[in-house]
Amino acid sequence: MNKLINWVDERLPIVEAWNKHLAKYYAPKNFNVWYFFGSLAMLVLVNQLVTGIWLTMSYNPSAEGAFASVEYIMRDVEWGWLLRYLHSTGASAFFVVVYLHMFRGLMYGSYQKPRELIWIFGMLIYLVLMAEAFMGYLLPWGQMSYWGAQVIVNLFGAIPVIGDDLSLWIRGDYLISGITLNRFFALHVVALPIVLLGLVVLHILALHEVGSNNPDGIDIKKNKDENGIPKDGIPFHPYYTVHDLLGVAVFFFVFFLVVFFFPEMGGLFLEKPNFEPANALKTPDHIAPVWYFTPFYAMLRAVTVDLFGLDAKFWGVVVMGAAIAILFVLPWLDRSPVRSIRYKGWLSKIALAIFAVSFVILGYLGIVPATEGRTLVAQILTTFYFLYFILMPFYTRMEKTKPVPERVTG
Amino acid sequence: MKKLILGLFMTVLPALALAAGPSVPLDTMEADHTNNASLQRGAATFMNYCAGCHSMEYARYKRVSDDLEIPAELFEENLIFTGAKIGELMEIGMDKDQAADWFGNAPPDLTLVSRVRGDDWLYSYFRAFYKDETRPLGVNNAVFDNVGMPHVMVEQQGLCAVPPKIGSNPSVDPLSGNVRGTDICEDWAIEGTMEPGEFNQAMYDLTNFLSYMGDPIKVERERLGILVLIFVAVFFIFAYLLNREYWKDVH
Repeated sequence: MNKLINWVDERLPIVEAWNKHLAKYYAPKNFNVWYFFGSLAMLVLVNQLVTGIWLTMSYNPSAEGAFASVEYIMRDVEWGWLLRYLHSTGASAFFVVVYLHMFRGLMYGSYQKPRELIWIFGMLIYLVLMAEAFMGYLLPWGQMSYWGAQVIVNLFGAIPVIGDDLSLWIRGDYLISGITLNRFFALHVVALPIVLLGLVVLHILALHEVGSNNPDGIDIKKNKDENGIPKDGIPFHPYYTVHDLLGVAVFFFVFFLVVFFFPEMGGLFLEKPNFEPANALKTPDHIAPVWYFTPFYAMLRAVTVDLFGLDAKFWGVVVMGAAIAILFVLPWLDRSPVRSIRYKGWLSKIALAIFAVSFVILGYLGIVPATEGRTLVAQILTTFYFLYFILMPFYTRMEKTKPVPERVTG
Repeated sequence: MKKLILGLFMTVLPALALAAGPSVPLDTMEADHTNNASLQRGAATFMNYCAGCHSMEYARYKRVSDDLEIPAELFEENLIFTGAKIGELMEIGMDKDQAADWFGNAPPDLTLVSRVRGDDWLYSYFRAFYKDETRPLGVNNAVFDNVGMPHVMVEQQGLCAVPPKIGSNPSVDPLSGNVRGTDICEDWAIEGTMEPGEFNQAMYDLTNFLSYMGDPIKVERERLGILVLIFVAVFFIFAYLLNREYWKDVH
C-alpha cells in the first residue's frame, strides 16, 4: 500500500494535498453546531449528483414523455421511487443547510477580511443553486413546474426594451414548451453541475488558504506554538471528520424521516398541482414557487407602485435582484472591528434578529396568496431586509463592542 | 397589489377559464393501504364503474394484482375489460376528443388524482351528487359545482333531491365510536339499492383504492423507513462514541 502511495506521490502530490486539506489543516477547536452545515451541504451535493445520474437513466426529457417517465420511475423502475424522493427531498435539504450555513456566516462575521472571496464564491454557489433548482423543477413537467417556470421566465419580460426578446430567448419558444424543457434539462444535468462543482472547489481552496473562522471570530493563526501550529487549532482529520459524522447522523435522521414518511412535506417539497401533467390551457388556482424562493417572491410582489413610467412589476424584479446582489457586497458593509456577534454591540444583535425573522416571515408570505394586509407586511419586511445591509456601515461602527479574548472560549 | 397580480397573471395565462372554485367543507376519511379487503372492493368498484371513462395510464394491472393479492387469473377474468394483457398500463379505449364533446372535458386520468385532490375531497365528492335539472345531465355536485360527470352510481346511492350535507358532521361519534351522519341527504328523489351506510363504505373503499393508486409504495416505504431510522440511530451511537474517544485529547 505504502509503495503504491509513494509511486503515485512521485507523480502527483497526493500526500501534500491530503495534509494541506485534511491531516494538517488546522481548524479552530471551538466549532459549534453551526459549523456542521458546510460539510452537510457537500453531503447533499453528492446525494443530488448520484441520485440525479440514476434518474437521468430513466427520465425522458420531452413534453410528451416527461411526466409519464417520472411516474415510470416512481412505479416501474426498481427503487426508482427512492431515487426520486432522495433527489426531491435533497433539493429542499440543500437549501435548508445552505441557508443555515449562510446564517452562520452572518452571525460570526465569516465574510470579513480576509474571507471576502470565500463569501463571494459562496454567494455564486447560492446563485447557481437557485438556477439549478429552478430548472430542475420544470423537469417533472407537472402543472406547477410549468406555471412556475412560466411566471419566473416572464419576469425577464418586465425589463424595458429587451425584456420580451430576452424571455423569448430563454424559453426558445413563445410559451414554455418541450424546447424549454430540453434546454433546461441540458443545463440542469450538465452545465450547471459543472459550474457548481467548480465553485465548490474554489470556495474550499479559498477557505483553506486563509483558514476557518470560528464562533469567537478570533484569528487562531496569531497564536502559534514552537512548531508553527496554531495553539487553538486541531487537525481537521481526524477530529472534525469524526465530529462531522455526528452531524451526518442527525441530519440523516431528519432527512430520511422526510424521505420515507413525508416526501411531499405537506405540499412544500412537492406541490399538489405537480401531480397533474402540465397543461398550457389550465392554470392552477394559486401559483407559488417552491419554499426556498418564496422570500424573494414575496419581495417581488411587495412592490406595487409604478415609478418613472416603468411598471411596478419591473421594480419588483429590480428589488428581487437587489436583495440577492446586496449580499455580494456584505464584506464591505460590515465596518465592525470584531467579527463575531458575541462581541458586537446590541445594535448588531437586534439588526441580525430582525433580518432573520423578516426573511422567514417573507418566506411564509411568498407561499400564501397575497391580500392587502399581507402585502403591507411584506413591504415593511422587505424594507427591514434592505435596512439590515444599508445601515450596516453605520451601526457596526457606532456601537460599542466587547473586548475579544486572546484565545478561543470553548 | 391586485393590479400587479392581475398583470402578472394576464401576461402568463392563455386561459383562466378552468380554475376551480373556492374550497368547500369536506368529510374526512383515513386511508388504510394495508386493508387489502377494502382495496380489493375499491378496485372492483373502480374497474366496473369508473374504468370505462377514466384511465390509470401510469399504472399497470400487474402491480395492482400483486399488491392487492388478487390472483392474476382472477384479475384478468374479472377486472380487465379492455382485453389488455396484465402487464400493460391501465389505459382506456375512449377517444379523448370525442369524450370532450360528450362531457365538456375529457374525463381525467385518475392514477394520481388522490395526490392532486386529496382523499377527503374524493370521499366527499363521490357522495355529493344531487338532482339539478338545470344541468345538462340532470345532476350537480355539492363538492364540485357544475361538474361535467354524470352520477355513475345513481342506482346504488339513489339521487338526492337537495345538495347533500357534506362536511357538516363529524364522521365518528366521539362517545360511542359509531359513525354518525351517514345519511347526508334529507330528501331522496330516487331511492338507491344500497343503504346510506353501505354506500359510504363502498365509497370509502373506492377512495382507499384511489389513494393507494396515487402512492402504491407507501406501505413498503414506511416499513423500510423504520429500518433506516433505526440504522441511523445505531450509527449515531457509534459515531458519538468514536467522536468522544478522539476528542478526549482536545482541551
